[in-house]
Amino acid sequence: METYTLIVLLLASTIRVATPLLLASMAGLFSERAGVIDLGLEGKMLGAAFAAAAASAVTGSVWLGLGAGILTAVALALVIGYACITHRGNQVVAGMAVTIMVVGLGPTLGLAWFNLGGQTPQLDGVGQRFTGLVWPWAQTAREVPLPGLLYAELISGQNLLVYFAAGLVPFSAWIFYRTRFGLRLRAVGENPHAVDTAGISVNGLRYQAVIISGVLCGFAGTYLSTAASSGFVRDMTAGKGYLALAALIFGKWRPWPTLWACLLFAFTDALATRLQGLILPVVGVVPVQFILALPYVLTVLLLAGFVGQAVAPKAIGMPYSKEK
Amino acid sequence: MSAPVKLPRWAELGVLPLINLGVALVLAGVIIKTLGESPFAAFKLMATGALGTQEGIGYTLYYATNFIFTGLAVAVAYHAGLFNIGAEGQAYIGGLGTGLVCLYLGVWPFWVILPLAILAGAISGAAWAFIPAWLQARRGSHIVITTIMFNFIAAALMTYLLVNVLIKPGQQSPETREFSANAVMPAAHELFAKIGVTIVATPLNLTFGLSLMAAAGVWIFIWRTRWGFALRVAGANSTAAVYAGISPPRVIVGAMLISGALAGGLGLNELMGSQHRILMDFPSGAGFVGIAVALMGRNHPVGIVVAAVLFGALYQGGSQLSFDMPKINRDMVVVIQGLVILLCGAMENVLRAPLTLLFARLHGGKDTE
Amino acid sequence: MSKEPAAPPFTPPDAPPALELRGIDKRFGLVHANRAITFSVAAGSIHGLIGENGAGKSTLMNIVYGFHRADAGEIRVHGRTVDIGSPQEAIATGIGMVHQHFMLVENFTVLENVVLGVEGGAFLLGGLTAARAELGRLARNYGLEVPLDTLVSELSVGLQQRVEILKALYRGAEVLILDEPTAVLTPHEADQLFSMLRRLRAQGKAVILVTHKLREIMAVTDRVTVMKQGAVVAEVATCETTPRRLAEHMVGRAVLLHIEKRPAQLGASLLTVKKLEVCDRLGVVRLKNVSFNLRAGEIVGIAGVAGNGQSELLEVLAGTRAPSHGEISFGGCDLVREQIDPRARRALGLAHVPEDRLRMGVVVEFSAADNAMLGYHDAARFNRGGLRDEAAIRAACAEKMTEYDVRPCQPELRLAAFSGGNQQKLVLAREIDADPKVMLIGQPTRGVDIGAIEFIHKQLIALRDAGKALLLVSVELDEILALADRILVMNAGEIIGELARADATEEKIGLMMAGVRAEASS
Repeated sequence: METYTLIVLLLASTIRVATPLLLASMAGLFSERAGVIDLGLEGKMLGAAFAAAAASAVTGSVWLGLGAGILTAVALALVIGYACITHRGNQVVAGMAVTIMVVGLGPTLGLAWFNLGGQTPQLDGVGQRFTGLVWPWAQTAREVPLPGLLYAELISGQNLLVYFAAGLVPFSAWIFYRTRFGLRLRAVGENPHAVDTAGISVNGLRYQAVIISGVLCGFAGTYLSTAASSGFVRDMTAGKGYLALAALIFGKWRPWPTLWACLLFAFTDALATRLQGLILPVVGVVPVQFILALPYVLTVLLLAGFVGQAVAPKAIGMPYSKEK
Repeated sequence: MSAPVKLPRWAELGVLPLINLGVALVLAGVIIKTLGESPFAAFKLMATGALGTQEGIGYTLYYATNFIFTGLAVAVAYHAGLFNIGAEGQAYIGGLGTGLVCLYLGVWPFWVILPLAILAGAISGAAWAFIPAWLQARRGSHIVITTIMFNFIAAALMTYLLVNVLIKPGQQSPETREFSANAVMPAAHELFAKIGVTIVATPLNLTFGLSLMAAAGVWIFIWRTRWGFALRVAGANSTAAVYAGISPPRVIVGAMLISGALAGGLGLNELMGSQHRILMDFPSGAGFVGIAVALMGRNHPVGIVVAAVLFGALYQGGSQLSFDMPKINRDMVVVIQGLVILLCGAMENVLRAPLTLLFARLHGGKDTE
Repeated sequence: MSKEPAAPPFTPPDAPPALELRGIDKRFGLVHANRAITFSVAAGSIHGLIGENGAGKSTLMNIVYGFHRADAGEIRVHGRTVDIGSPQEAIATGIGMVHQHFMLVENFTVLENVVLGVEGGAFLLGGLTAARAELGRLARNYGLEVPLDTLVSELSVGLQQRVEILKALYRGAEVLILDEPTAVLTPHEADQLFSMLRRLRAQGKAVILVTHKLREIMAVTDRVTVMKQGAVVAEVATCETTPRRLAEHMVGRAVLLHIEKRPAQLGASLLTVKKLEVCDRLGVVRLKNVSFNLRAGEIVGIAGVAGNGQSELLEVLAGTRAPSHGEISFGGCDLVREQIDPRARRALGLAHVPEDRLRMGVVVEFSAADNAMLGYHDAARFNRGGLRDEAAIRAACAEKMTEYDVRPCQPELRLAAFSGGNQQKLVLAREIDADPKVMLIGQPTRGVDIGAIEFIHKQLIALRDAGKALLLVSVELDEILALADRILVMNAGEIIGELARADATEEKIGLMMAGVRAEASS
């Protein structure tokens, strides 16, 4: 029974950690399927986190915070888009540049506006954060063994953004495979010339993809500072943007496999917190740094072995120009 | 002018990067203005802080040394067609190698320790670059992602080592004990004192000279040897490289090893030259500044040295800022860094076209007269 | 190739042309790509557009299809003046184009490729069902059967081309432009294409066939327009002209269709290939049971439609690809068993002029001097004491440039600034300069202007007369017939036949290219 409780708690923790990863991965999915490498996920998330926390702190409304987060991430995405789509710049460099810029700009603005050493003020007022939504009968369900605990801990009690992220996966799949927009988006990442000759604007499609990526990163960043924490702190994304990209690559640029990859990474993280200080047979105490490094090591291992054959969208990373 | 107009080489290498830097500074100035401070005052503070005093110049060049090493590292990989985002991690592990030599061979004379420390730093840095390189060469794993991952793994590894293994017994902060007197780099003011010149004491040390030598060495290697030629061919056109009898996988690994080794030079400056012990996060972002420096310097050693000094000045000037302008601190320099990478790297096409037009007009105007 | 009896044109005689261009003018910087072009195609006809590389035919068709805008002139479709600013507008006026490089999304199905851009609604399901019905109708009318739910990557080249044609017809094209359509087809597939074109003509469509193959013009077109250096130089009914006269229009002078050369003086066998077999990454067999030898003093020509294993053969011989079975004896070694790499093969005396110089033979961003020693950069004559001898490298390049008339004679200039012909001459100079025993050459005159072609051909003959062995791969049958002493024909990865030059005729070779083995003659 105790094991079951442990597992459910682990899963609950996994879901909480997976949410920003999933949102960022889906963001990357739209961008990369359209042929634009999305190395700016980290920067867009961080920027959104700052904007959301700042706006929520100042206005007292987390919804305005969400709006600010989305707008910021979209603005950053458009900077990358302008450099890479309109001016055919290097997509890897653009993503890195924006990320570095945001890493500096967040604390700079934070310091100037709030004078707290780069952070934003604590979000402890009512309505300044996304809090857990308790579903009906959750308290009573808790008494029911097995499924009750599942319902009470896992399904109920998550905040709005978690449910949004969960719904995002089937929605994205539907968009990609059942709509005209999705067909065109996939085409432009494989053979932009074909799309151009069909009379569709390659740049227009790519901009749309990049904007969608910005919107979803906006959600991801907002989650970090207003749902998972109560404010923005320096470097709070701590590499999640890159991890999301890795999850996307595992997921072979498809919505459902990417979801499983995000859950796997999040599970590792959740496990790390539980295993800290625990003495395992044979190994002894597992150093916390080792566990923290595990997702990255895992990424490299999978990139080395299994994902070596994952086929990226054919035209990814290549700026489009009309000449043949 | 009949041929399709291209910028003359000196303009491509000299003018364009300067213009890009200028735009970055203007944008940064706008940000400073919106925060309520005067951009001109800020930049003046930075300039005087960096180059107005002997102390400032010393610090500027000391910072520049790190950036020269990481900039060269990124550039060498770039010429082989690779993006080495992992200079940060390679510098970190490279420093570990250097530091270990200094810790455990501290009784030997300096002139024995120095080459060994250089070698250890180079080998460790190269080793950290080896796995991503091998994976790209043999498995096609995208080196950008793997090197980013390896940066994180390096941080975890070093944290573990500094907290649990190498820590000086009895202290709280995760760092090693100090190096012995033989295992530190002679500082610049010490060297100058030997020839009777007195300058202010700064962390600037012998490594600056070593970094310039490294830059010269890179130049000779890339453009004046047949191995450098093979490297450039592989980076420009891997099919032609195979045709020419060059092995792209071998070039990938070789270039990354050299790149990692160069990044490892950072440890000489930071650990042997300034901190005199191994401590946490001593690269502190130099690996990423290296990307900016390489892009601004057009991946050419001369440009890299100039760009590195410029960034050194930004860093030194930036720390001055936080004293006199409480609202702005060193994070602003990071913003400028990002802007420079954006403009010199991703948006380089934006300003090239108008500049080329300007040149065409200037030359065309002369022809018709 | 036999001609079907020409179907009577569908349109009444006084109807306006399906497509008419008047005074179309276009410059790209200083290049005058199209000079006041007048061009018209009647509905229910097949009109050929022929010209050398750089004659301006691609630019003209790109203007018609909306990729560029003309600087001056007008376009009329069925008598109505139209303004075409984009491919979408071209499609809207009923103009369709099948490009030489297909514009298909490889991992989409045929159906998805056809509907891309005209999906018939924001949600795919309804649109796809309607499309299926329409495509069925088109397939029946024009004989364009293609499996709709197969991935394009799994189709043969001929079928992929059909998808392209279907795309145009699905969008209501009345004028269909085909750009070098037979470049990648077997003769049988080309014949099927021509039948389809005749059916289109019978249904009143106007077809423009852009090609450089005189044989096709004669086989299927009603009228032909010749372009040279941006202008229209001739426009005739096909039945009133001959290939020779068309060639003269294209070039402007009497063209040497063959070169004077001495009979071959054969020496020892220098290179022997035994039972060579190559599989690609997906396990498809590209070369099967290939055996032949090369003797000093001869040019062996490999004829065949592109894609039948010739490229793989060159790559295996040059060392840039490993075979799965077989033996290559050269210079006393077995190149396969001893895994001798391209650099070592050069040292043994094997030189290689690749088929695609831009992709494989040069680095266009580098200087001419660097390119002139690519592959030989380790040689002692270019290095001194561990460093490159820049002076020697430059001097060697300048020497080559003078000898081979490469212009401009500036070793420091980026290779991209040189024309295709000059680039090719430099590549040739580089390989010949190494004094090889055996030379492998692929498509030596692709993208090369006529003056350079003659020069290159003369060089190859000179090599052969100097006692070297040459293996020449070319898709241009005329080139093979002009240069080769012995001709091997490849089809589907095998050498399907061998002919001495004296016995070779276009018919015999054509049959072999199509896969028909030569019967033992009695």
